[in-house]
Amino acid sequence: MADRANLVEVRNLKQYFQVSGKNFFKKDCVKAVDDVSFSIPRSSTLGLVGESGCGKTTTGRTLLRLYEPTAGRIVYDGEVIFDSGDVPLYDEAGNPVTDADGKPVYGKKTRANMLPYRRKMQIVFQDPYASLDPRMTIGEIVGEAIDIHGLASSREERHEKIIRMLERVGLNSEHANRYPHEFSGGQRQRVGIARALAVDPEFIVCDEPISALDVSIQAQVINMLEDLQSEFGLTYLFIAHDLSVVKHISRRIGVMYLGKLVEMGDSYEITFHSCHPYTKSLISAIPIADPETNRHTHRIVLQGDIPSPVNPPSGCRFRTRCPYAEKRCAEEEPAWKEVSPGHFCACHFADSVR
Amino acid sequence: MSEHLVDIRNLRLSFFTPAGEVKALNDVTLHLDEGEVLGIVGESGSGKSVTSYSIMGLTADPGKIVGGTVTFNGHHIESLGEKELRKIRGKEVSIIFQDPMTSLNPVYTIGSQIEESILLHTDKTREEAKERATELLRLVGINEPEKRIRQYPHELSGGMRQRVMIAIALACEPKLLIADEPTTALDVTIQAQILELINELKEKLRMAVILITHDLGIVSSMCDRIAVMYAGRIVECGTTDDIFYRPQHEYTRGLLRSVPNIQDRESKRLIAIEGTPVDLLNPPAGCPFAPRCPSCMKICLREMPPDHHYSEVHTAACWLHEKAEYEQRGGEGD
Repeated sequence: MADRANLVEVRNLKQYFQVSGKNFFKKDCVKAVDDVSFSIPRSSTLGLVGESGCGKTTTGRTLLRLYEPTAGRIVYDGEVIFDSGDVPLYDEAGNPVTDADGKPVYGKKTRANMLPYRRKMQIVFQDPYASLDPRMTIGEIVGEAIDIHGLASSREERHEKIIRMLERVGLNSEHANRYPHEFSGGQRQRVGIARALAVDPEFIVCDEPISALDVSIQAQVINMLEDLQSEFGLTYLFIAHDLSVVKHISRRIGVMYLGKLVEMGDSYEITFHSCHPYTKSLISAIPIADPETNRHTHRIVLQGDIPSPVNPPSGCRFRTRCPYAEKRCAEEEPAWKEVSPGHFCACHFADSVR
Repeated sequence: MSEHLVDIRNLRLSFFTPAGEVKALNDVTLHLDEGEVLGIVGESGSGKSVTSYSIMGLTADPGKIVGGTVTFNGHHIESLGEKELRKIRGKEVSIIFQDPMTSLNPVYTIGSQIEESILLHTDKTREEAKERATELLRLVGINEPEKRIRQYPHELSGGMRQRVMIAIALACEPKLLIADEPTTALDVTIQAQILELINELKEKLRMAVILITHDLGIVSSMCDRIAVMYAGRIVECGTTDDIFYRPQHEYTRGLLRSVPNIQDRESKRLIAIEGTPVDLLNPPAGCPFAPRCPSCMKICLREMPPDHHYSEVHTAACWLHEKAEYEQRGGEGD
């Protein structure tokens, strides 16, 4: 039995995409998400950060089974919703379960019918311009999900529900008959949030919900997401590339690089005591809105670009840009180990980096 | 009176759209000296790009300068024809755009795109231009430039393309570089590289830079002076320290409060600026920020506040200073 304090548990999740490579007859594989494990406690927020192409969005979507995972196990509220059958089981303390002979016990192959879970697990997309159907009114957009899950028994109830949702996100009843193009970016993102909320979800994947918005509007949306969380006890997976925003909203943060989690821990630990060189440089690269601090801090500027995920570097994937890289990093993939309680890191030199 | 490199005075610019006149710039006055870095911050639609494009005479069709003057390096931009403008663009002033993916031509090699502006503005031969292109690529930190000049834009990453854009912009050693959200489309670690590069080149080539961005962090680390724009007006302008430590306009204060700081030890609730940006088709009378302003007074809704000089370089257009003065005199507030 899985730990019920965790609403979502992901074990060794893999998502590979086939791409046509240089050779016509042989397909290459992009390991978009490679062996990612984490769990999200009920009513809390896990933040995922990383640069573009690191697999953070794919993790969020695979978790909802918008993409069929290549391998791994996803447990939602104690129910296994996906299991490829080759991931060993873990007990509540996180140790592998073994049988009488000491061999690890594997889970059963499972693919749950997703419909009931789709109601509980929702997503808010990054681009409020592309994620709303331009030919549907706001009322229809929010009402669609209510119809699919049969959550309203009468027309009146449905209408009332839509209005209530719109009002909850700071829009009003007149807006229900308008089309998306009549709204500003911030308002559209509110519609996206209202659509996710319409089916009374428990878990929402927020996929870069504020990146497309103006600075003055970003704070409004962040505050609203926080209010909704405390009001409905929602659980969030908050995906963004802006570490200062993720740190603000999340209790725990996972840092991804080229499809792998490289570090994970409490947001305070990650920002002030990070022990992976990538996290360190990511924090250092953030421009701080304070001229005095800028004059006195020295910025670590990473050299080079992110390598292609089709041919990731051997060993540690970050080694090509890492200022601490040694020979060992090319030969051996660093293990995922706990450096302090609740703080995990995958780096050979985690202790010295810190 | 000393000559400024860029001197924009009371510039008014409108876009004449089918829906009506959009007043993109209302009475913008701004100047920039040689070797100075000016940051322009504001939301989308606040007029920050339009202001700087006007220096290049890039006020495309529905847009028209309705009043005011733009002087750059001794040229009166607003009265010049297209032919004269083309001599200035790329030579004395260059621009880097936000999206390096769409601003490079996909069917020409990197090399030919850099050479194009060299051949246009100087009397160098093809050979010399090619040599200069290689040199420029090395200058902007691209390795193996001899190989790169034969490559096409799609073969390079986003950060590399932005470096190529910078190389093109610098080809004729302009006096002014306009960087229009140069790093918005890039990742944080690449952004740090590009900003460092712009900083280095500015020192090396002694050019002035106008940096347009919505990120307050970027301006605080790069700029000498900052202009904050809202609804086609400069609402506050001053040195970086003035803006960050002594902000006088409520919009500037609101902006500074609304961004989370990574260095805060605990997370406090963000203080958002309520409401939505103004509709420039029907701008409100009075101060455009008044409907969203936490300390809005009656006069704000009626009359546009004039620029008030807090120091020689620090100005803000807000009625609050009058209120403060009034209260100091011991009167009752309005």
